[in-house]
Amino acid sequence: MPFISNTEQQRKQMLDEIGLSMEQLFGDIPPELMCKDFNLPAGMTEQRVREHLSEIAAKNSINLTLFLGGGFYDHFIPAAVYSMISRSEFYTAYTPYQPELSQGTLQAIYEYQSVMCRLTDMEVSNASLYDGGTAMYEAMMMALRITGRNKVIIDDSVNPIYRVMIHSYTKNLSIELDQTHCIDGHANRRQIYEYLDDKTAAIIVQNPNFFGCIDDFTDLAEAAHKKGALLIVSCYPISLGILKTPGAMGADIVTGEGQSLGMPMSFGGPYLGFMTSRKQFVRQMPGRIVGQTKDRLGRRSFVLTLQPREQHIRRDKATSNICSNEALCAMTALVYLLLKGKQGLKETAQLCADKASYAFERLRAIPNVRPHFKTNKWFYNEFVLDLPIDAADAIAGLVEKGFAAGFPLSRYYDGMDKSILICVTEKRTKQQIGMFAEALESIL
Amino acid sequence: MKLVFEKSVPGRRAIEMVDSQLPSSINISPELLRDELADLPELSELDVVRHFTALSRMNFGVDTNFYPLGSCTMKYNPKVCERIASYPGFAHLHPLLPQLRMGGMLTQGALRILYEMDVLLREITGMAGFTMQPMAGAHGELTGIMIMAAYHRDKGNKKTTVLVPDSSHGTNPASAAIAGYKVVSVPSNEEGIMDIDELKKLLNDEVAGLMLTCPNTLGLFNPHIKEICDLVHSVDGLTYYDGANLNALVGKARPGDFGFDIVHVNLHKTFATPHGGGGPGAGPVGVTKKLTQYLPVSIVEKRDDGTYALVYDRPKSIGYIAPFYGNFAVILKAYVYILMLGKEGLRHVSENAVLNANYVRVKLRDYYKPAVDKKCMHECVVTPTKKMLDNNVHAFCIAKALIDKGFHPPTIYFPTIVKEAMMIEPTETESKETLDAFIEAMIEIAGLAVTDSEKLKQAPITTPVCRPDETAAAKNLDIACL
Amino acid sequence: MVPEGLYYTKEHEWTKVAGDTATIGITDHAQEQLGEITFADLPAVGDKLSAGTEFASVESSKAASDVYSPIAGEVVEVNSALDAKPELINDDCYGQGWICKARITDKSGLDKLMDAKKYEDYLKGL
Repeated sequence: MPFISNTEQQRKQMLDEIGLSMEQLFGDIPPELMCKDFNLPAGMTEQRVREHLSEIAAKNSINLTLFLGGGFYDHFIPAAVYSMISRSEFYTAYTPYQPELSQGTLQAIYEYQSVMCRLTDMEVSNASLYDGGTAMYEAMMMALRITGRNKVIIDDSVNPIYRVMIHSYTKNLSIELDQTHCIDGHANRRQIYEYLDDKTAAIIVQNPNFFGCIDDFTDLAEAAHKKGALLIVSCYPISLGILKTPGAMGADIVTGEGQSLGMPMSFGGPYLGFMTSRKQFVRQMPGRIVGQTKDRLGRRSFVLTLQPREQHIRRDKATSNICSNEALCAMTALVYLLLKGKQGLKETAQLCADKASYAFERLRAIPNVRPHFKTNKWFYNEFVLDLPIDAADAIAGLVEKGFAAGFPLSRYYDGMDKSILICVTEKRTKQQIGMFAEALESIL
Repeated sequence: MKLVFEKSVPGRRAIEMVDSQLPSSINISPELLRDELADLPELSELDVVRHFTALSRMNFGVDTNFYPLGSCTMKYNPKVCERIASYPGFAHLHPLLPQLRMGGMLTQGALRILYEMDVLLREITGMAGFTMQPMAGAHGELTGIMIMAAYHRDKGNKKTTVLVPDSSHGTNPASAAIAGYKVVSVPSNEEGIMDIDELKKLLNDEVAGLMLTCPNTLGLFNPHIKEICDLVHSVDGLTYYDGANLNALVGKARPGDFGFDIVHVNLHKTFATPHGGGGPGAGPVGVTKKLTQYLPVSIVEKRDDGTYALVYDRPKSIGYIAPFYGNFAVILKAYVYILMLGKEGLRHVSENAVLNANYVRVKLRDYYKPAVDKKCMHECVVTPTKKMLDNNVHAFCIAKALIDKGFHPPTIYFPTIVKEAMMIEPTETESKETLDAFIEAMIEIAGLAVTDSEKLKQAPITTPVCRPDETAAAKNLDIACL
Repeated sequence: MVPEGLYYTKEHEWTKVAGDTATIGITDHAQEQLGEITFADLPAVGDKLSAGTEFASVESSKAASDVYSPIAGEVVEVNSALDAKPELINDDCYGQGWICKARITDKSGLDKLMDAKKYEDYLKGL
């Protein structure tokens, strides 16, 4: 049998030593509850399973040139990232409950926490959450605990996928969710201030927002703090190579999707939810946290810390139910950011912005193709164009020509039938952008 | 060891990002840009590789050492699964493609895997339908409790309470609480299993459901499991099966047949996907027929023409609990594992897991005090003897001493209902020779615990650090190098 | 040694009553069970206490314990020295390690509490 070490002879020998038969070992299960039949196929050899999965993989279209983002991005991943996280000393370990056997994982997570703080300009970070959406939900729950209030304001320029997740998670809780409608690509200040009062726990916004527009939320942070509320900012970590940080804006909790930091798209996961915050809120953070300390001989050591926040100690009073997190993805993000370094991250962020800017100019030059937002001109690596035809039709037409052209915004926003969200990462070339523009023009 | 920040050399680079074809000119208003560059260390690629290689050597993993961490099912993670997950046809697939018109046709391979995994897990657990979205066991629990809440809301039931056994994983009460329920604990009886009389006392119309692991955290199968499920159903409560211990039953018995309504499966335990130093995992949730309407959006269906499609129109669904289809690459690895083992192989998994646990239990019986002196399923719980405790040797010391013998210690101080618990789960992939070496080490430590306990209190001496000061870590909080 | 003159709860809190004011802390047994205390989550002045309800918590590196109020009242002072030195609860739980002082609003519950002798017997039975 694959992956089972004992031989038939050893099994017999062990049963003899135990003094029970295999049937007796399972004897506590009442016979009527044992499986009568178990309708699974017979096993496969490694060779066969690899052939089989290659055939299945071939049914996925991965040769489209991607201008599709929506919060999940096709970035270049240096080879050393995969080499390092493929070390099985990392990936076959579990949660570092025994610090003596886990200094590698623990130090890496401590370093991950440090780089995430540096990137977002915040003071504390946890060791990871599942993804950007659940991280936003956890941030909201954290704000409710900190403020003791139950009202949350969220602008609809926040990723719609995350907004529906938050709605789903709060269905059984008494939380008032107020959604504001962004104006010309900006979080709607007037509406937010109408909702903001002394019952508000938090305002949730995103930068760059779902449309790729860049904002500065310093005014929202000040307004929130005046009312005793918190500002939660979801952000795209690569953009922080150049963009103003949530910390500098006065955010209290920062979350986001870390997939862009070295993780392949893998059809939706595993990804990385990150969360950073201010020191004064650390005891309300969800998830594991690694701290630095000293051992008996005064040597630098790392341990899981503030564990009484967590479910294995505090049970129903824990700050979250999370146990398994995305540790290996956090390590991926760390290796990626270290390889990029200070200059490399800036260059990557800048390339994305430059190429998006180039593509924007190139595409808007096509007759009857117009920028959707009238006054808001600052975008990062995604932008919205209005086409003369239905965007979903245009996208379907462009698939035929080998492009995943973008995201049809009508899927989540009323009245945006002709609007397409186009993404450009550093992987796209000038030539690809040119061919894309020609293809788009040809179908309009 | 030095922090990576201490290795930074100004001006050093690993990767340069330039594109000579496009001019660089940031076309963004300066007040929207950051003042200073993110303070990341400046290293060469070799610096980074040496750093992580050095870190990796300070870790124990399943590939380096026996890792009998109870409740975590640290079995061998087949390499072929890693290989297949990295195929470009899977790794390079954008998750939003199916949301384009006819986009499902662009991802038929991936949708097929999600669909077939659903079918396989149904057969393995005896449930009617699965969602692949939950990204860990605890996430599955929260999803399951949300389904429970949707069911009761739909029926107009006023339910406020979720019952959990006192021996449960901490995630059970935590999941029920964050979903908005009051948590009430059901005591275990002297045999270490749920006390049915106590359960009867706690059952009333306010009970939304009961969460249970089976076998429980003492490694014991409760022969009254069906009766327990029936009792909960009698007050229109739902029963939730925490799949953490499914490795004991896979291919032998199915929670659906016991009477469970909702089940989560930890793919990173039972189906051999790597634990990743704490994650990622995957925790698909299966339900009975009457509950499938509440499963999250979306699910995959197979059409008459043999194609696969995502179904979003699910009016009774609890909604979205993940952005897409769960931790797809993890699901894929588990799928490969199940295909390779097949029907017979999976049966061998539970048989060998239970055999190995009982072998360890019997061999240690004369040296340690069993929490419950009877046969176990996939794991067993032992405690130090009174003599050891009198000598001030606790589970903690035994764990640290095991490290010097080259073994990852068992889970200690859990389940909390057993004082000084050491929870040993060998898994089916370990050989008799490995178990014998572990047993020998345990016996040797038992001897030292009585004759030379001071030596044990110095352990471990073979590791890069020894007994870090956790109190100081919590008091003088240093959780980021800034 | 359980000090005389205080009232005790089954959850291992003590309270010292002087006139209308009750000083509240956790007992030696409680601090010993927790181990080295790393953090005390204190109530705020003005918080209302009801007998038998949690109002504070104390943590060690691997455990946490809620503190239940022995009396009904209103918090008038908290021991802010614990913010910097939570270990005072380990070192001197009946003295410098007190948690808060409260004005008692209802004295009727006091006779349900244990005296030193009864608490000592209770500890022996655990």
